[in-house]
Amino acid sequence: MSTLTGPTRESAGAGAHTCDGVGDDARRPDGAQKVAGRFAFSSDLWADGMVWGATVRSPHPRARLVSVDPSEALRLPGVHCVLTHEDVPGKKTFGLEVADQPVLAVGEVRYQGEAVALVAADSPETARRAVAAVRVEYQPLVAVVDPMEAMLPTAEKVHPSGNIVRHFKLRRGDPFGEAPVVVSGEYEVGMQDQAFLGPESGLAVPADDGGVDLQVATQWLHADRRQVAAALGLPEAKVRLALAGVGGAFGAREDVSLQIHLCLLALRTGRPVKMVYSREESFFGHVHRHPARLRYVHGAARDGRLVFVKAEMVFDGGAYMSSTRAVIGNAGTLSVGPYVVPNVSVDAYGLYTNNPPCGAMRGFGAVQACFAYEAQMDRLAEELGMHPVELRSLNAMSQGSLMPTGQVVDSPAPVADLLRRVAQAPLPPPGPTVADVATEGLLPGGMANTTHGEGVVRGTGYAVGFKNVGFSEGYDDYTTVRVVLAAGPDGPVATVHSAGCELGQGLVTVQAQIARSELGVREVVVETADTRVGSAGSSSASRQTYMTAGALREACGQLRAEMLARAAARLGVPEADLSWAHGEVLGPGGDVLGLPELLEPGPLERTVEWRHRPTQEVDPETGQGDAHVQYSFAAHRAVVDVDTELGLVKVVQIDTAQDVGKAINPGAVLGQIHGGTTQGLGLALMEEIQVEAGRVKNPSFTDYLIPTILDVPPMRVQVLELADPHAPYGLRGVGEAPTISSTPAIVAAVRAATGRRLPRVPLRPQDIVGLGEAAGGTDGADGAAGTGGRAGGAHDLTGGVPEPRGPGSGEGGAVP
Amino acid sequence: MQLRLEVNGVPYETDDVWEGESLLYVLRERLGLWGSKNACEQGECGSCSVLLDGELVCSCLVAAGQAQGRHVVTVEGLGRDGRMSAVQEAFLEAGAVQCGFCTPGLVVATEDLLRHNPAPSDVEIREALAGNLCRCTGYEKVLDAVRAAAGTSR
Repeated sequence: MSTLTGPTRESAGAGAHTCDGVGDDARRPDGAQKVAGRFAFSSDLWADGMVWGATVRSPHPRARLVSVDPSEALRLPGVHCVLTHEDVPGKKTFGLEVADQPVLAVGEVRYQGEAVALVAADSPETARRAVAAVRVEYQPLVAVVDPMEAMLPTAEKVHPSGNIVRHFKLRRGDPFGEAPVVVSGEYEVGMQDQAFLGPESGLAVPADDGGVDLQVATQWLHADRRQVAAALGLPEAKVRLALAGVGGAFGAREDVSLQIHLCLLALRTGRPVKMVYSREESFFGHVHRHPARLRYVHGAARDGRLVFVKAEMVFDGGAYMSSTRAVIGNAGTLSVGPYVVPNVSVDAYGLYTNNPPCGAMRGFGAVQACFAYEAQMDRLAEELGMHPVELRSLNAMSQGSLMPTGQVVDSPAPVADLLRRVAQAPLPPPGPTVADVATEGLLPGGMANTTHGEGVVRGTGYAVGFKNVGFSEGYDDYTTVRVVLAAGPDGPVATVHSAGCELGQGLVTVQAQIARSELGVREVVVETADTRVGSAGSSSASRQTYMTAGALREACGQLRAEMLARAAARLGVPEADLSWAHGEVLGPGGDVLGLPELLEPGPLERTVEWRHRPTQEVDPETGQGDAHVQYSFAAHRAVVDVDTELGLVKVVQIDTAQDVGKAINPGAVLGQIHGGTTQGLGLALMEEIQVEAGRVKNPSFTDYLIPTILDVPPMRVQVLELADPHAPYGLRGVGEAPTISSTPAIVAAVRAATGRRLPRVPLRPQDIVGLGEAAGGTDGADGAAGTGGRAGGAHDLTGGVPEPRGPGSGEGGAVP
Repeated sequence: MQLRLEVNGVPYETDDVWEGESLLYVLRERLGLWGSKNACEQGECGSCSVLLDGELVCSCLVAAGQAQGRHVVTVEGLGRDGRMSAVQEAFLEAGAVQCGFCTPGLVVATEDLLRHNPAPSDVEIREALAGNLCRCTGYEKVLDAVRAAAGTSR
């Protein structure tokens, strides 16, 4: 049901078509092992003499750490050691951007689940008992859990530097612009979990040189190594990491979880140490998607053209910084959506609180913004009497448009085309009849038969979103790849070695595809990702295929040049007379030299460190600057059936259109779009880490729901391939865009079915039937729409910090 | 306690099994059969699915003692003579595998489905696999794989 459509299919660099090369539906090299249960994930590692590590965690969101008494735990047979912060030989803190998080708590714990002590024991069960036997004395402190209160100057400080991690300001045009049609609204996005299936796990082995070898599931080996080495007080050369099998990531493995702990235990015990988090511990062991509150005011001319957007966005980053600064940068720069807006005033705040730490998750800042701005676009369309697609298309950015940061969009931006494609896709047949219910179970409530069709209303919604690809705002973003081309017993073999992390997305496949196409070889070996080669950067931000493709293509090009030089010497002709095709060098007069002959003098090797084009830091007062490398665009149309009596939603169909620039592996691209769309569906309808007074209420897969195969509708995908001239092969990062617009499209469909404002995700049944708290929203309670007026009217957002709102104040609503 | 059971046709005997251990723990940590995965410990995700005397179960919810003297088939036991089963081949061919953590459980559950219902409708497939969580694929290619394995590909 999915199609690839595109005006051109750029051929791979070398021109020749190679089986399982660039653009082919190549099979995963690890797929056969995975279907057979023989692929080694990080939780499947084992070593002789291995012991098990486990973590003592704080039950309090904020407390003074009075004492840790390990004596009872140490008396248990089979317990090898108990470690506290005093046993951290090097730097006591770590962090992705700023080292603000203790390796093991010192003096104070700042969130529920913070690591306080470590144990190592002979078995997982003994380790679990030892954790329970460590006596920790806490003096609970009043926790800072309301992000609005945390922003006040009078608030308790979570860290001495204050609670505002970043205040991003975006100013363009006239911030006090007037418009004849103004809509305002207030929105809220709950805390989503990445909920990868493979739990955090790894194996650390002490080495003879006093260092340590760590196998772990991660997104960024070198960032881990930097933080591990600092905490151990070792030079980086003595900390060697290799990627173990990764059971999904979605951002949650960009930060260090158990990496440092494993290595501390291994060096202390002198034995291999394995750790595997339980699902419950996993919920406390990694960062989540920032929950956010967003206020928007949109002003438009009567013809629908946007005049201004003003917004205030508050993101709760929790107890430690992680990547909050970058999340805020994305939220701010992408805050108005893929639209042309002449006047913009946006303030985006990232905060410290004593809530669970938040950082990277697929869509990273863009998800929260898109939920709000797309709801605003629908309200504006309603106010203007326009179709939602018509209003969006009228304002859609295109190549040559200016971002509100002043950056020129200098590659295809087919926003209107993507919307047109999903709008014109065939609609599903009308809702199931009573007769269908018995056999098909397709109504809201599914097999539970909670309705026979009465009270069920259908709705259709649209959304479009975008996301920056790669690391932005001046970050020195690079990837290293080493390629060896050598003669093998069955022909030439290319070996690709990088630290780029395969998470399931298919990086190993595209590495082999690119090497085949560029070098004309059939056999490619992709080595295990590890730190013997330079950093690949992070498998995040939709960047790894882009970056690895850039580095790998460059390395292969250098190898081809070297082979041309060899051929020129051998044939005694100038290099200029030679050409490369199909893995052979063609000379004048029909001479042909194949790879076997060219490799006779010995193997060739190249290591390339490749950078995408530079970006700039933005101006701190105006947010102006060329912050981004590239954008990725997707649009969704969702059709839903809603049981308006029970508040249950059945997504009937989702259509997606996405521009991927160039599909290196079309099947994998579709897999990314299906999976990303489904995670957006989860945020729309079911996924939320419920935090009450700083405590997580639902740390399990029984209570934190992710979509099952019954929740997911048929997904039709249209893929465009409009080459980005600045990117390798013209490709665009794929992974995040589909997650961004599926949430607002589904909620828009539910709004269309019910007539309710629904300003908060995930939607809860009580919101849909109108029994929710104020934020759950009945019409008119959560925003204002009207004609005429200035942006700074009843909903004045220009004053900076919003008013604090306590629970039950009747506006906005507290996190449940 | 001492535990005797047959896994994939091979008899195993293991000593000193603690009464609190699950069948999943025995398979993974005592018998070295890592194919069955542990992702939730409470029967929600289906990653640990195995056949116990031919019945589809979450091995994390089966106490080790309950497997005494019984026959277990895990994902490792599905192929024959070093070749993949038709279901495994279909998952690979359809691109239904990304990170692959859920794959062993999905493959075992699909084998069970097709044994009972060789030509399932889409709704029957969805109902049969509703106990297997996948976070990567959105299930679209999982459906493709099951249809293909059933020979009902459209």
